[in-house]
Amino acid sequence: MATSRVATGNDGYTGNVYVFEVPVRVWHWIHALAITALAITGYLIANPLTSVSGEASDSFLMGNIRLIHFSAAMVFAVGLFVRFYWAIVGNRYAKGLLIVPVWRGQYWSRLWHEVLMYSFLTRKVAKYRGHNPLAQLAMWLFNVVLALFMVCTGFALYSQGTGAGSWADRWFGWVFVIEPSSQAVRMWHLLGMWLMVFFIIIHIYMVIRAEFMSRQNGTSVMIDGIRRFKDDGPRDPQ
Amino acid sequence: MPAHETFYEVMRRHGVTRRSFLKFCSLTAAGLGLGPEFAGKIAHALETKPRTPVVWLHGLECTCCTESFIRSGNPLAGDVILSMISLDYDDTIMAAAGHQAEEILEQTIEKYDGQFILACEGNPPLNEDGMYCIQAGRPYVEKLRHMADHCKAIIAWGSCASWGCVQAARPNPTQAVPIHKVILDKPIVKVPGCPPIAEVMTGVITYMLAFDRLPPLDRQGRPAMFYGQRLHDKCYRRPHFDAGQFVEKFDDEGARKGYCLYKVGCKGPTTYNACSTVEWNGGLSWPVKSGHGCLGCAEDNFWDKGSFYSPVTNLGVTGNVESTANTIGGAIAGAAAIGVAAHAVASGIAKASGKKSKPTEEVSNG
Ligand code: HEM
Ligand code: HEM
Ligand code: SF4
Ligand code: SF4
Repeated sequence: MATSRVATGNDGYTGNVYVFEVPVRVWHWIHALAITALAITGYLIANPLTSVSGEASDSFLMGNIRLIHFSAAMVFAVGLFVRFYWAIVGNRYAKGLLIVPVWRGQYWSRLWHEVLMYSFLTRKVAKYRGHNPLAQLAMWLFNVVLALFMVCTGFALYSQGTGAGSWADRWFGWVFVIEPSSQAVRMWHLLGMWLMVFFIIIHIYMVIRAEFMSRQNGTSVMIDGIRRFKDDGPRDPQ
Repeated sequence: MPAHETFYEVMRRHGVTRRSFLKFCSLTAAGLGLGPEFAGKIAHALETKPRTPVVWLHGLECTCCTESFIRSGNPLAGDVILSMISLDYDDTIMAAAGHQAEEILEQTIEKYDGQFILACEGNPPLNEDGMYCIQAGRPYVEKLRHMADHCKAIIAWGSCASWGCVQAARPNPTQAVPIHKVILDKPIVKVPGCPPIAEVMTGVITYMLAFDRLPPLDRQGRPAMFYGQRLHDKCYRRPHFDAGQFVEKFDDEGARKGYCLYKVGCKGPTTYNACSTVEWNGGLSWPVKSGHGCLGCAEDNFWDKGSFYSPVTNLGVTGNVESTANTIGGAIAGAAAIGVAAHAVASGIAKASGKKSKPTEEVSNG
């Protein structure tokens, strides 16, 4: 199989290929919006705006910031689980986010190739229908592992408001068994926000860069789901 | 002295009148958040149950728990409880001293094996085989283990016994550890705080003595009736928090108007204690009421969770106490931004210089 692919070179890696189905695309943009709202409001919870004056009953600034945070958090958490479900029932490109094929030697050699390529150590560029192996690893780390970390610490903090015995406490209270100090949990949650920002900066850069530097399209694949290859050359450059 | 006196008999013997006794019972029921019918239940229990002895040990500590306890806002409660517990062993307030005092411990074990309550103030240091706290010629940790072997249940008084507190703060040279790290096979009630509020202490101990069982505990092992909510949940400045009205500096207009102390480091949002409801010194005041944020004294490891004056505190991942999630995270995100900008420039140069030999052509030859 692998040898025949090298021989024919560009099987399935030319022209237009439909890769990301509607649920994946819709989720992507909802997820991106939710994270943006969470990061901004979260930052403002940790570093509140300058005091407002007047009667306390006349404003609800911090309350609204927290309300937006918690609303976006619900969207974020539910979206994540809908996306995980779609990874099970969706097409093979829907599975990439959740399942990184670390058991395949080829995955690692292609990952290494991407590292060399981004370090300008090779000029050879490979084609991918789904995510490239480096992007896939980052998406798994930041949008599965870190995202679940944010959900667990976030809802654990939320359970402090809803109180003992509430659903949030029953589902996420275990976080405080691992880390009894809720101040520490808050600070890890805050650090998680910065790690998300780290991912977002690099992710958006990579997508835009792909537009110009890769052998396939960038942004538009997350809009209409179609991967457009720019050349008919073989998938893996020799 | 009959072998198994009731609490009531002991109190009467100590000069507590029946009227005072009943008052004490209703105060305690109210303090525990129980209904009025419980006053009678507590009275009945104390009248009929044989007295449960309490042995009060002191490890590495500052005695602030005892100081708080004996200053219970309601002197009656203090007197009554002291009369109940001073009978046995508490080296701060007992009459006996030296060998005589240590003998009492063995006598208690002999007479009440598996029946007495072990109240622990302070904690054991483990480094150098426990040599940092020696009592009666032996490391405290041995005394603690020995007494714990024979007790029914343990009360861990204060943040020292519950979490470790200042003597366990980094770098913890004596390796002081909370009680639950040393005693694994006995029920432990944590009553954290530095010190805990007097009414909380008397409430917890009376509950255990009167009902002969542990109070309902939360996940961390703290009595739920006193540690069920954060200060922030019941703080009278909370409307200012929700409105976004904060004290920015301790001498500003907001401070005079009694705005929320979150931005100057109040740890109320992450601290479980009864300060905002029970308050201190008989309900006189509590830190936020007097204009200073909560330090989070009832929380695990609060000394290492500085600063006391910022909502964003040190993460404890590096030796540097200034490294907060904001400084570390900001550096990570900043590095990404700079890295991306540099990479973009390098990519532009690479693309421009590679124009002549297009990578795709080179590739299709291969
Ligand atoms: C990508 C996802 C998220 C990001 C970037 C994020 C960011 C933040 C940040 C920066 C803070 C301030 C931390 C502090 O200094 O106290 C915060 C607080 C908080 N977050 Fe999140 N968060 C996320 C997801 C969630 C989720 C899923 C929940 C679940 C309900 C949640 C609930 C909370 C709560 C309860 C607080 C404390 C608010 C308060 O007590 O006023 N967060 N978040
Ligand atoms: C908060 C911001 C964002 C987050 C958290 C985020 C997250 C993600 C995730 C998790 C995936 C994998 C999707 C999957 O496999 O289901 C992905 C893919 C993608 N995202 Fe984003 N995204 C963000 C913003 C953006 C923006 C602004 C763009 C467009 C400029 C963009 C374009 C893309 C594209 C084109 C892909 C497909 C990449 C590929 O083919 O490998 N994203 N993103
Ligand atoms: S003063 Fe402290 S406890 Fe009170 S509302 Fe502000 S942050 Fe919360
Ligand atoms: S207000 Fe905070 S620091 Fe002060 S006693 Fe209460 S819990 Fe401890």
